[in-house]
Amino acid sequence: MFTYTLRRLLLAVPTVLLISLVIFMLLELAPGDPMADMPLTIPPEVRAKMREALGLDQPSYVRYLLWLKQFFWVEPLHLVDIWFGTSYGEGMQRVVSWQTRSPVVDLIAQRLPQTLWVVGMGYFIGVSLAIPIGVLSAYKQYSWFDQLGTFVSMIGFSVPTFFTGVLLIVVFSVTLNWLPSIYDTTLVVNSWSTFVLQVKQMIMPIMVLALFNAAQISRFMRASMLDNLQQDYVRTARAKGMTEKVVVLLHVLRNSLIPVVTVIALGVPSIFAGAIITEQVFKVNGLGQLLINAIQSNDLPMVQTLTFIFAVLIVTFNLIADVLYGILDPRIRYD
Amino acid sequence: MTEGAVKPAAVDQAERPPRNQWLNVWDQFKTHKGALVGAAVFLTILIFVLIGPLLWKTDPGFANLLMRNKVPSLQFPFGTDELGRDLFARMMAGGKVSLAVGLTAMSIAVLLGTLIGVTAGFFKGLDGILMRLTDLFLALPLLPLLLVMVMLFRESLANKLGPEAGIFILMVISIGATSWMQTARIVRGEVLALREREFVLAARSIGAPPVKMILRHILPNTLSPIMVAAALGIASAIIVESALSFLGMGFPPDFPTWGRLLFDAVDHLQDHPNRVLLPGIAISLTVLSVNYIGDGLRDALDPRIRGR
Repeated sequence: MFTYTLRRLLLAVPTVLLISLVIFMLLELAPGDPMADMPLTIPPEVRAKMREALGLDQPSYVRYLLWLKQFFWVEPLHLVDIWFGTSYGEGMQRVVSWQTRSPVVDLIAQRLPQTLWVVGMGYFIGVSLAIPIGVLSAYKQYSWFDQLGTFVSMIGFSVPTFFTGVLLIVVFSVTLNWLPSIYDTTLVVNSWSTFVLQVKQMIMPIMVLALFNAAQISRFMRASMLDNLQQDYVRTARAKGMTEKVVVLLHVLRNSLIPVVTVIALGVPSIFAGAIITEQVFKVNGLGQLLINAIQSNDLPMVQTLTFIFAVLIVTFNLIADVLYGILDPRIRYD
Repeated sequence: MTEGAVKPAAVDQAERPPRNQWLNVWDQFKTHKGALVGAAVFLTILIFVLIGPLLWKTDPGFANLLMRNKVPSLQFPFGTDELGRDLFARMMAGGKVSLAVGLTAMSIAVLLGTLIGVTAGFFKGLDGILMRLTDLFLALPLLPLLLVMVMLFRESLANKLGPEAGIFILMVISIGATSWMQTARIVRGEVLALREREFVLAARSIGAPPVKMILRHILPNTLSPIMVAAALGIASAIIVESALSFLGMGFPPDFPTWGRLLFDAVDHLQDHPNRVLLPGIAISLTVLSVNYIGDGLRDALDPRIRGR
């Protein structure tokens, strides 16, 4: 198991580096200039000095290495400084946004809670709906429940989230006027009424994401249950006279969950990246909106860092899924 | 069809004239109700988008400022938008673009995926590196990267090829280049299994060159997974295109696509909710029908299911 994990881990490092290179190279081609919105009255020599200060006069491989250093060394040091009150990272150049001239990571830290709350909750509810639905539709295959489940999940991943979101707004905000259509991030929850407001504004984005995620995961759960229900050990368990409840919920469910758990782990990065659209629909100012704004205003360091963070998350959760699969299913550990 | 239902079927089966296999596939496809409905819906949408503009001659770009914000009527079956443009005509024009993007991007993705999959499966020396490449692409955050790509190259391509053709090519290539991985994986698996079969060995032993072997023996046998991947690829390409348009990163405003129409309509959500529904329903129906067709194709092309 240890060598298996180690091999996976070692494979992840070059992947992350390659992805960082791909992202860097792509942005190298960008026509945008951070000095473009400076007044024209600035003399050329001052302009050159400013470019130098931003590190733009260096050749691109130096800037790539510098960026790697900033990302993997300077920013973690700053994190340590904040947590433990030390001063290791003092005086080191951090990744600075061209839009706001403040460190990119600070901005991301500000936006992260909104994304985690709304989108994470959507994923959690989606998963907790998907598992029982998948189990029931597999156990009662071709029943009306199964047919309905298949149909709803087909709709769930065919109807794009930007349409389900807008549709919910039309129904619940415009027609019925029950829920607010815009997510108010300045809301501070300090009393019962503000708590109710917070719940109200979270309902729709969570519904959209939960439907989308539940649609996909319930299909996986159903397929996995169907695979396991036909295994010999199920017949053995029944022949020994175990109750249906024990057979299904103890024997079959536990084995069926193995591939589903990895699918769930693989889906976690989409919490961050895939929610760009949902955040845009409901005006949640999370990471997705930060990215869209950065792209629209040509803020390359921000775009670079965010895209790379998304990539690192994907690689990390691929790794977690692999290792989880190895832990849960001993047949996978081929070392 | 032969009267296979009569009992002495064993004799009939043997003496039955050989049947085109695509007829068999169609027979199986017909039994899948969802797929059949999906195909009908998709055909209707195609007719609406392709033949509709020939019958409904209103210019989708014509701004009739006297006829702004009209509710649906006989003159404007879907109403008009805030500039007085006929939404019925715009839906047809938009659908044409959306479907064209979907089909072209899918073709690129499937071609690329098949090429990489077949190469990786057939040539052992290239397998490792090509599959690492596939893994790398699968680990990329695709939606953010697509947004970045559109941002970076939109201006330069629009200057070279004109705003519409430039964006179209950019969209199609970037969507195609980021969605070939599933096809490549499936095709590679299929090719790996086929390569060990006797007929490939026979071809090799009579000295067939690799290219001939691939074109003649391998590719026709991988056709069914490729077709299924193509059907599902159209659906995802349409979704991605409309998502990009929805985020304001797609086609220019005067150039309607379904995603763009939805994006424009969101601003008037409070007063004219019906404008949001039209393009949204169109996208969803198309994707849903294509997904069902893909489902039916998967069953119809699988000979193990077809026999039953």
